Amino acid sequence: MTAKRMNGAQILLECLAREGVEVIYGYPGGVVLPLYHRFPEYPQLKHVLVRHEQGAAHAADGYARASGRLGVCLATSGPGATNLVTGIATAWMDSVPLLAVTGNVARNLLGKDGFQEADITGITMPITKHNYLVMDVDDLAYTVREAIYIATTGRRGPVLVDIPKDVFIDETSFQWPEEVSVRGYKPTYHGHVGQMRKAAKLIDEARRPLILAGHGVIASGGHDALRDFAEKAGIPVLTTFLGIGSFPADHVLSYGWMGMHGAYHANQAANHADLIIAIGMRFDDRAMGRYSDFNPGCKIVHIDIDPAEIGKNLPVTVPIVGDVKVVLAGLIEEAKPNSHVEWLHWIDKVRTEHPSFTVPETAGLSVQYAVRQIWEVTQGEAVVVTGVGQHQMWVGQHYPFHRPRALISSGGLGTMGYEVPAAIGAAMARPGEVVWSVCGDGGFQMTVQELATAVDQDVNVKFAVMNNGYLGMVRQWQELFYQHNYVSVDTARELCQPDFVKLAEAYGIPARRATAQAEARKAIEWAQATPGPVLVEFVVEPEDNVWPMVPAGASLAETMEEPRPQEVRA
Amino acid sequence: MTPKHTLVALVEDRPGVLNRVASLFRRRGFNIHSLAVGPTEVDGISRMTIVVDGATTQVEQVEKQLYKLIDVVKVSDLTHDRMVARELMLVKVRCNNLNRAEVVQICELFRADIVDVGESTLVIQAVGDEEKLEALLALLKPYGVREVARTGRVAMARGLTSTSVEAEPPDIHLHHMRVGRRPERRLPYVSD
Ligand SMILES: Cc1ncc(C[n+]2csc(CCOP(=O)(O)OP(=O)(O)O)c2C)c(N)n1
Ligand SMILES: [Mg+2]
Repeated sequence: MTAKRMNGAQILLECLAREGVEVIYGYPGGVVLPLYHRFPEYPQLKHVLVRHEQGAAHAADGYARASGRLGVCLATSGPGATNLVTGIATAWMDSVPLLAVTGNVARNLLGKDGFQEADITGITMPITKHNYLVMDVDDLAYTVREAIYIATTGRRGPVLVDIPKDVFIDETSFQWPEEVSVRGYKPTYHGHVGQMRKAAKLIDEARRPLILAGHGVIASGGHDALRDFAEKAGIPVLTTFLGIGSFPADHVLSYGWMGMHGAYHANQAANHADLIIAIGMRFDDRAMGRYSDFNPGCKIVHIDIDPAEIGKNLPVTVPIVGDVKVVLAGLIEEAKPNSHVEWLHWIDKVRTEHPSFTVPETAGLSVQYAVRQIWEVTQGEAVVVTGVGQHQMWVGQHYPFHRPRALISSGGLGTMGYEVPAAIGAAMARPGEVVWSVCGDGGFQMTVQELATAVDQDVNVKFAVMNNGYLGMVRQWQELFYQHNYVSVDTARELCQPDFVKLAEAYGIPARRATAQAEARKAIEWAQATPGPVLVEFVVEPEDNVWPMVPAGASLAETMEEPRPQEVRA
Repeated sequence: MTPKHTLVALVEDRPGVLNRVASLFRRRGFNIHSLAVGPTEVDGISRMTIVVDGATTQVEQVEKQLYKLIDVVKVSDLTHDRMVARELMLVKVRCNNLNRAEVVQICELFRADIVDVGESTLVIQAVGDEEKLEALLALLKPYGVREVARTGRVAMARGLTSTSVEAEPPDIHLHHMRVGRRPERRLPYVSD
């Protein structure tokens, strides 16, 4: 059989199609024109034009998180490529499988500072799992395959492939590489048997064991295994923020999530446990508080696929490197049935005495109230995407998630503006489901242009803009830690704020505003019942704070609870 | 003073790999004391000898982070092994007819070679561990050291222990040899 002759553009598209890619979020420009020219030959690859390349990266990221599959984004050289950077870094911090393809100037112009040249492989080196500059069309097929292999295996992450313009044009005989093998990359999936036994022994001996489940449980598809393990060994489960959904919130062993704005009882439990079984998480400072006095004396079993996470932030008693799902299957066998009644009662008592996630008793509208109403109306079945800030934390607190891949949020990088494009990607990955994008009034304006993309794709996204008229989370810090000195956070009264309803309508998106509780409920019902993209602006309490709170740099033991009314007056 | 560690990394001989390694050290806040790179017994694999300052736990973290780089195939910390560590140094030192013989004598004591003789200079080549090279330099100083060039440490474990790599499957190896890893064209964007 003679191999088919193809040019670089065709080879790239052929490879993507063979890898099962269905959607590519991109934006054209000079050097990728030879590629765009060939898109019509591949109708199975849907190209979605975004309105800013950051939107392409976030949409691909949202698609990947919602589906568990690879997300693909595409940009031209120079400014197109650099516009992807925030999105790539977002995917990097949260281990999201992403393939970013960029064009570059022709090979003879590389390194000459030609028009729209940027060293994007150099720029993205620290925020990609790996990246490539393809200098020969003969390398292209193998490179794309290797790139996708690396992005979607082991600890997943973004990989970038940079392709000079003339490599898209050069022709060669296409050969599909059957095998990919990278000698410097051999992820470990199976946990070490000896380590598992050691862990099982510790688990058996522990009197106050606690599971901390992270994003890795969701990434590996280990949520069922986690439930089986927790039930058999009778161990209470906390999650990190990104681990929300890895364990059903309505389960008797579920004790919510820990960290800076996690539940008070969760933080106390983490600090009183005698054994922590950390699963697919990386002991981020936002989850753990000050490392130096995190629960001294507590033993730690750490299960993670990335050996470099072991002992990076906290010393570990028994590390198990491997895929969470595979390791848990082994641990379930090893673990003895148990129930830690006293320990559960201890946590229950703290939970009763220190209720954490309360809805403020105000006649006005609060984000907490609105989120609870969204939960009720959607019957807890929505895919919820958030921005970054107070509203993000309140979604985590007031929308109980009972399944994985239902909360989609930028946890590691904390990227405002994620909420709009990521929701579009999530909706395209989960057709037939309703996606609620809970937006900050600040973050929404960072990527608002993607409303056009939402209209183009007619995605079933309900944009809920939580308008507190502030960069709320920053305002909260200025209030609590900078003597109420508000600087550049009042985005409604001091500075220009657009009319969000009119703005949505300008894009052709039906929109409503809710300023009172009854209105909010009606608007949510209306949005849920209206197909396609719609927007609801919730005009909420401007100066509400997120509680509980562990101040930055403090330990979990110093978790601050919501001040009581008399304390506020004092 | 924090102890020095000698790490050996076997890496794919590919554009950008030095950049990746150096960038990792910078980002994680590790100080590279010296770094020496060269080819190995295996085609397509380069060997980096990296001397770093840092506590052992930190160096373990560096090792793991190095492993995470796709182009890094193998990493060993030779610090606690019995090892041979050597460095090569070229020194250009001033001399005249009156003191040339003295300098030559010092070189003989250190088993250093004189590789260039000029009217008023000598270029001396010395091989050894850092202590030896420092001692030689100290003795040469009074004559006027014009220029010093040092390679940084290269090291190898004594005895049977070795830092080596597995071979790739033949067709993959062919592919890697043909493309990418040893491009004929000069590549931009690489510091190596
Ligand atoms: C791109 C980006 N810039 C700045 C920040 C810092 N930051 C964190 S939360 C926040 C305020 C967010 O305001 P808004 O979107 O209105 O959400 P709110 O906190 O009011 O709910 C800011 C500025 C960030 N996380 N991301
Ligand atoms: Mg706001």
